[in-house]
Amino acid sequence: MNTQRKTHLLSTTDLDRDAALQILDTAEELARVSDMPIKKMPTLRGRTVVNLFFEDSTRTRISFEAAAKRLSADVINFSGKGSSVSKGESLKDTALTLAAMGADAVVIRHSMSGAPHRLAHADWMDAHVINAGDGTHEHPTQALLDAFTLRQHLSDHITASGAGSTGLDGLHVAIVGDVLHSRVARSNVHLLNTLGAKVTVVAPPTLMPLHTDNWPCEGSYSLDGVLPNVDAVMMLRVQHERMDGGFFPSAREYSQRYGLTVQRAATMPDHAIVMHPGPMNRGLEIESRVADSPRSVIVDQVRNGVSVRMAVLYLLLGGSESALGDGAA
Amino acid sequence: MTAVPARPADSFREVLDASDISRALTRIAHEIVERNKGCDHLVLLGIPSRGVPLARRIAAKLSEIDHSHVPVGSIDITMYRDDLRLKPARALARTEVPPEGIDGRVVILVDDVLFSGRTIRAAMDAVSDLGRPQAIQLATLVDRGHRELPIRADYVGKNLPTAQSEAVHVKLTELDDQDSVMLGVDAQ
Repeated sequence: MNTQRKTHLLSTTDLDRDAALQILDTAEELARVSDMPIKKMPTLRGRTVVNLFFEDSTRTRISFEAAAKRLSADVINFSGKGSSVSKGESLKDTALTLAAMGADAVVIRHSMSGAPHRLAHADWMDAHVINAGDGTHEHPTQALLDAFTLRQHLSDHITASGAGSTGLDGLHVAIVGDVLHSRVARSNVHLLNTLGAKVTVVAPPTLMPLHTDNWPCEGSYSLDGVLPNVDAVMMLRVQHERMDGGFFPSAREYSQRYGLTVQRAATMPDHAIVMHPGPMNRGLEIESRVADSPRSVIVDQVRNGVSVRMAVLYLLLGGSESALGDGAA
Repeated sequence: MTAVPARPADSFREVLDASDISRALTRIAHEIVERNKGCDHLVLLGIPSRGVPLARRIAAKLSEIDHSHVPVGSIDITMYRDDLRLKPARALARTEVPPEGIDGRVVILVDDVLFSGRTIRAAMDAVSDLGRPQAIQLATLVDRGHRELPIRADYVGKNLPTAQSEAVHVKLTELDDQDSVMLGVDAQ
């Protein structure tokens, strides 16, 4: 094993515009692999990717698993759930185990914000760390696949930005719902801003984070006021598991004020698309008929997830040194 | 191969000019028709970056000679390279398979310079992941020798004896605003 410092993907704030575009462009080429008769490339043969999931997430895990397998990496699924050891010790012991098994990359999902950062920088093991969602902090590959989907569907509405590859310049994206607890929102706000889009977060006052002043976005409490001016609306899942604080009086009231109903969707511009990171609570944050309407690109998001994760794995692991910047910042 | 020479341009000499390149491609096109008894089942796959415009030019010449349309595509070999782990991860180029597909057809790989043969080895692996061609042939504008694998070209524009230390720079109007092949030594 070489002694170079390993690079990681921990947060979208670590990605500058060039790095983000490199991931999206790579993913675009790799998306073509899914159309080929043999959906596999020998690129990561002999490399081991460990999916270390301390929180349930079948969708994200199988997406990473499919991505790694299409690149011929060996995949080990390690479910950290149910461990009775205290969290700090457990993570360290797990890291030492993974290091002993020769993991080249660890994809980690953890309920504690910062766990991936700890794993990456604690000097416990010598592997690339990819954050697959930590607490209420970040979920960078979700934001990357959202950016990829926006670029794919709204190419006619993006302002051209010189000679380089296209970003998301000129787009207006609303992120709606439980912004307070949403790592998807955090990752997206930063990444979409880096790529040139304007972002508005929409949430009830109780679910709006206190410190959005430092975020490169605008905030609003009124979904109806924002919808007529957006190119895309990203509905966040109402996370029942984090809803113990009485954030809104009832599901029905939430859905009346912040749910994307057919009537509300009709106020959006004709070209505007509807996104959702999944899994959806149909009838709560999004009405079924909207989720299944032609505006909805939710299934594309899932498909693009595999391509984007392949790109991240390839750029981190494929060469002698990673093409992505270090996540140490 | 594609890097701009750091030393003054006079350390490089031109070995093929625009008309030499055009003649070489015309001859390759004729050889392709002769060897395959027509162009019915051919597919040209260019290896990015400079193999792609070369493949298009050969296809244009084929349609002049044989009055038939030969599908052209491109095949990126980055993910199949055997030196991936020795260099930083690099950006991918476009793989574009023509709608006719490659199954049962004669695939002709097109590249600008044939050197170690490792690129072609990777390209053959990539092709076999796309389907099962009836045969794979290889056309190259310049064969500069120094093979490291048992690979040879079926169609060669110019055999160019070189030293290992020398570099061959191919320029094509589609990408570089001029047509020429230069031989020289890159400054370290």
